[in-house]
Amino acid sequence: MLNIDSLERGVVIDHIRAGHSMEIYRYLELDRLDCCVAIIKNARSNQYGRKDIIKIEGDIDIDLDVLGFIDPNITVNVIDGGKILEKKSLQLPQQVRNVVKCKNPRCVTSVEPGIEQVFRLCDSEKRIYRCIYCEQEYKR
Amino acid sequence: MRHMIDPLDFSTEEISALLDVADDIQRRPDCYAHLCAGKKLATLFYEPSTRTRLSFEAAMLNLGGSVLGFSSADSSSAAKGESIADTIRVISCYADICAIRHPKEGAPLVASQFSAIPVINAGDGGHQHPTQTLTDLLTIRSLKGSLGGLTIGLCGDLKFGRTVHSLIKSLARYPDMHFVLISPSELRTPDYIVREVLQANGIDYLEAERLEDVIAKLDILYMTRVQRERFFNEEDYVRLKDSYILDEAKLRLAKEDMAVLHPLPRVNEIAVEVDKDPRAAYFKQVQYGVYVRMALILNLLGLEAQAC
Repeated sequence: MLNIDSLERGVVIDHIRAGHSMEIYRYLELDRLDCCVAIIKNARSNQYGRKDIIKIEGDIDIDLDVLGFIDPNITVNVIDGGKILEKKSLQLPQQVRNVVKCKNPRCVTSVEPGIEQVFRLCDSEKRIYRCIYCEQEYKR
Repeated sequence: MRHMIDPLDFSTEEISALLDVADDIQRRPDCYAHLCAGKKLATLFYEPSTRTRLSFEAAMLNLGGSVLGFSSADSSSAAKGESIADTIRVISCYADICAIRHPKEGAPLVASQFSAIPVINAGDGGHQHPTQTLTDLLTIRSLKGSLGGLTIGLCGDLKFGRTVHSLIKSLARYPDMHFVLISPSELRTPDYIVREVLQANGIDYLEAERLEDVIAKLDILYMTRVQRERFFNEEDYVRLKDSYILDEAKLRLAKEDMAVLHPLPRVNEIAVEVDKDPRAAYFKQVQYGVYVRMALILNLLGLEAQAC
């Protein structure tokens, strides 16, 4: 059993699908933080069998829309004084901006410099997002 | 300021009002002949399209306005590598409204984000062609009296045909519409259109492979060209281009008042012999295209006909 110190103050991103923690690490740009970040891969989970967890020490503002876009089943716990202060629930965002890029070579985003990459939620049941410029579905 | 980027940018009520103006233009062209005097339309065509460009130019000239622009990327500053955002900022200083055709999907939306003048999407790659959709809606309403309660067959290239996708999305907003999607299996309507537009809204549709099996049901037959430029492979193009040809023999199976529409240009998907049949409406459709573009230009410029 691997032991990671419990957080006194910070954020725990829990119930990440096993193997996807590094993806979230990149999307949230956690490499830019100076604080302590722990990535736990393949932790045992009653719900999923295996899961990943990210623990971040200190005050940070997590982009919940990005997490909701990646996987709305993820849970975010805000820790203060060693206790869970708040459990934040995630929803599929209506729009994600500059998180992922359109892969359609015919899309204007492939040639136009400096424009934002924007995807709109088109089917919440199937979690389908489409590029607002060319309407191509974003394939995960 | 409004733009016309996607045909769904306008509500059905707004579309209805636009088509009413187009009808009025048809009835009383003289009342509209000088409404755009002193106004300029810029036609920014990054790929060739004689038909659409001339339709826009004719529309603006009919309104008493002027036109300027370019008709290929080679003759524009795009050849020097200028971005769409920069081009439209510059054009905004020269003209009052612009129509843009671009091979990249979403280019007119980008233009609208940086423009100081109304932008009309005149076709963006295989994506949208809203003024063709408005033309189709005006033609259908003029010939059938309304935009609901119709069975429309769409035939040919339903996979890459941007006019078809826009038309399905637009007509799906009207009550009691039935769609018959006729294509070879290689060129079927994309799944997302079927799933997100037709199935999601509980709209009746049927997919068929043979035109003669379903033509008798149709109030409208919308034919499309199998476009060479949408294929990566010449062999596929040659194999499929003749798949769905409308001729007199097939037309004999159709209703007496069915209307045949086509966005043009046709290659051989409608035999020339069909042209003299009263059900052939594709050349009338071209004329309706000018009326509806006139109505759109007036709408986006905020101009209205005065008593005359």
